[in-house]
Amino acid sequence: MEKIIFYILALVMIVFAIASVTSKKMLRSVIYLLFVLCGIAGIYFLIDYNFLAAIQLTVYAGGIIVLIIFSVVLVHHIEMELEVAKRSKQILVGLACLVGLGVFLTTIYAHPFNVAGKSVTTTTEDIGLGLLSYETGGFILPFELISVLLLASMIGAIIIAKGKKLTNKNDIK
Amino acid sequence: MIAGISIYEILTVTSILFFIGVYGFITRKNLISILMSIELILNASVINFVVINKYLYPDMLQGVFFSIFIIAVAAAETALAVSIIINLYRQIASVEVKDTEIMKY
Repeated sequence: MEKIIFYILALVMIVFAIASVTSKKMLRSVIYLLFVLCGIAGIYFLIDYNFLAAIQLTVYAGGIIVLIIFSVVLVHHIEMELEVAKRSKQILVGLACLVGLGVFLTTIYAHPFNVAGKSVTTTTEDIGLGLLSYETGGFILPFELISVLLLASMIGAIIIAKGKKLTNKNDIK
Repeated sequence: MIAGISIYEILTVTSILFFIGVYGFITRKNLISILMSIELILNASVINFVVINKYLYPDMLQGVFFSIFIIAVAAAETALAVSIIINLYRQIASVEVKDTEIMKY
């Protein structure tokens, strides 16, 4: 049963990823990307990391996709078709990607992985305790760093997106 | 771990996703499309972290922590990129790569 679900998810993800990078309509390709992200969340559910699946759904499918849709709606003319690369360039890049994929897959299949047979259920509590632990192997410092990074990037995004003021304060007087 | 699915099959799927992202990154001519391709590449690598953690070291959680950090960095990166794109559109009224010549906010 899980095997069938995995194959369906993999097929959906690959088909929609290809549709997302080749579609000529901007908004449609964003929606195809949303399907890919939901498929990835499904894989997290399958390998029993519920917390990661929730993060994937809220941050990616909820946050990033909405941001991208906003920027598409603000910036792009919907009726316009996207400009695509030349045919020869497309084929060349596709061939290069296939060669790279072949190298990846031969390396992966030649490597013997020591798969641990047992399956441990991870609760959200374990993840939270690991993130906030001060002991060796704890992740408290990167956790705090990432929160400062998020704050700084949000302030930077606001300042950059605001741009220059169109009218000077002195002109109004 | 998923019953009946070996680690090789999942790694195959993520490699395919990664190279689809690379293909989109090179062939697209629009800044927002390029940003979406980057999201695909990041997601493929995040699945690799999580799957290797689950299959090879099920007692530890390092892969999960790193994937959380990658997701946070991706969110920050997307917010910054979207704000840069909007500012660029105000100045040159276009988000095509070929029109992007100025490097001043």
